[in-house]
Amino acid sequence: MAFSGRNLTCTRGGRTVFRDLTFDVAAGAALLLRGPNGSGKSSLLRMAAGFLPPAAGHFAWDGNPATADDLRARVAWVGHADATKAAFTVAENAAFWIRLGGGDSSATGRALASMGIDHLADLPAGVLSAGQRRRLNLCRLAAGAAPLWLLDEPTSSLDDASVTGLIAMLQQHLDRGGALVVATHVDLPLRPSATLSLGASR
Amino acid sequence: MVNLHRFANPTWFVKITTAILPWVVGITALLMGYGFWQALFVSPPDYQMGEAVRIMYVHVPAAYMAMMVYGAMAVASAVALIWRHPVADVAAKASAPIGAGFTLLALVTGMLWGQPMWGAFWVWDARLTSVLILFFIYLAYIGIWTSIDDPLRAGRAAAILALVGSVNLPIIHYSVDWWNTLHQPASLLRAGGPSVDAGMLPALLSLVFGYTTFYVMVLIWRMHRELVVRRIRALQLLHAQE
Amino acid sequence: MNTFAVIVARDVRLALRHGGGTMWALLFYLLTVTLFPLAVGPEPEMLARISGGVIWVAALLAALLSLDRLFQSDFEDGSLELLALSPAPLEVVVLAKSLAHWLTTGLPLAAFAPLMGLLLNLHPSAWGVLVLAMLLGTPVLSLIGAIGAALTVGIRRGGMLLSLVVVPFFVPTLIFGVSAVDAAAGGLTPRPHLLLLAALLLGAAALAPWAAAAALRLNLE
Repeated sequence: MAFSGRNLTCTRGGRTVFRDLTFDVAAGAALLLRGPNGSGKSSLLRMAAGFLPPAAGHFAWDGNPATADDLRARVAWVGHADATKAAFTVAENAAFWIRLGGGDSSATGRALASMGIDHLADLPAGVLSAGQRRRLNLCRLAAGAAPLWLLDEPTSSLDDASVTGLIAMLQQHLDRGGALVVATHVDLPLRPSATLSLGASR
Repeated sequence: MVNLHRFANPTWFVKITTAILPWVVGITALLMGYGFWQALFVSPPDYQMGEAVRIMYVHVPAAYMAMMVYGAMAVASAVALIWRHPVADVAAKASAPIGAGFTLLALVTGMLWGQPMWGAFWVWDARLTSVLILFFIYLAYIGIWTSIDDPLRAGRAAAILALVGSVNLPIIHYSVDWWNTLHQPASLLRAGGPSVDAGMLPALLSLVFGYTTFYVMVLIWRMHRELVVRRIRALQLLHAQE
Repeated sequence: MNTFAVIVARDVRLALRHGGGTMWALLFYLLTVTLFPLAVGPEPEMLARISGGVIWVAALLAALLSLDRLFQSDFEDGSLELLALSPAPLEVVVLAKSLAHWLTTGLPLAAFAPLMGLLLNLHPSAWGVLVLAMLLGTPVLSLIGAIGAALTVGIRRGGMLLSLVVVPFFVPTLIFGVSAVDAAAGGLTPRPHLLLLAALLLGAAALAPWAAAAALRLNLE
């Protein structure tokens, strides 16, 4: 289950963000995206999730070119916003995304525990802090079966203990043969991992 | 994936249209000059409406163009959406204000024409109502263009609206006709409308063609301008990147 | 199908929770209807004559008012990205959200229509047809509204533009809906009007999810 990008070019609003980008992520390995603001880390993730069509180049699974639908079917996504509804409780929020992904709502408790927020289960999500909301967003990853996780700055708003918890969760995904692409500005000690620097040539 | 850059340079389009533009201007001047001379001085007054019938020569071609330009816009939108062709995208965008202008002209002349005929500037006549709704759809289309900053995304959103509109316009037109026959008071009904006298045809036909070439002329101007604006934007972005 | 049901259930619960859209839509409906007798006078004959039209316009405006939340909040908090990544195609997601919108606005508007008919002296023989016409017509409003909501989802203060985009397309529904009520109140058969409304509903169900999904994809880039 190797994921790769070949000769990718990204344009946004007529501006070329990057061109001719090629990378490989093996099963069980992490790819860390590094680079300054505007270098295209988020754009690359949006492309890999099938939201943004590449201006040139393509993605592939095990060497077979992937359509946008192929991409969507295999990813779990964590973007900038946390996709939580203030009117729902923490447990309801998590249960909805887990069930939408085809999971069983009985997995909700374990998912919440994986990010250490099971004690907040019955609180309305509207009262959570930014860090707790982020943990709520991350916890659904553990319950899903997607082979590729795409994470955009997953550590933002998280305290040290939660970052450690997140790293453990990511490492577990790798150990189970999953793949990761993470845009990050902090070091994530994941093994094995490779780093792709964007915007370095300019 | 389709390589966008292959089509992105519309030089050939500018070259061809710059060459034909003087001809279009000349033909427009001839057709409109002849048409208005016929309409104002040669064509006979109507036996019922008298001289007021001359408003028809402005109104009927404008109403025709209101729909014709929408059709052109919808076709250009489909081409832009399916083949991601930037010239089609620019053509659709440049057409909308011209079409909205013709629609407004049709509405205003319709009101001026209606006053002597119906004794009121506005009656909810089926055709006037349909044209008013078409005008709103033009405004919505222009509204989408002006509200989304990125021209590529704005173009595709506007194209979706133009296509949804082209499916709905016949339905709206039919429903308004239906509504009108249900509500039309008998006093406003007139048999058939003005039959077109043979003496009116030269004016009407030359003006219909004149309006069409006028549209092509303004369209080329507006497209050239839009292409320059986009070129400047692209250069600015390129400059900002270095 | 599971995805569809999960999304409908979630949106319905969200709309009903903590003063969600349903309560406000119904209140707006009642307020608008109340304004008409104050504006045109309380003569029962006059009210009976305009009641079908007034109730339909009030329902249309109430539905319109609730449309800008259809995708906007999901877009802002990142939920729309996750919905787009769900196993179902985006067209199915749109259909599910439109259905939930209808269940929480159109259906209550139709259910309360006889009360509005009572207030406006609509002939009781037309109440049944009014409800039936609304049951057929309000889903069309939700479906066409979904196109407008999807097109304007990324636009700051897109509410006015949304109205401009969808109101022209609401015209046929309004015309056939009111015609059905007027026909029934006048002792004529409402059958052709209702059949036309049903045809509009089928057409909208076929076209709208496709167009709205295309617009959403564009806004997710």
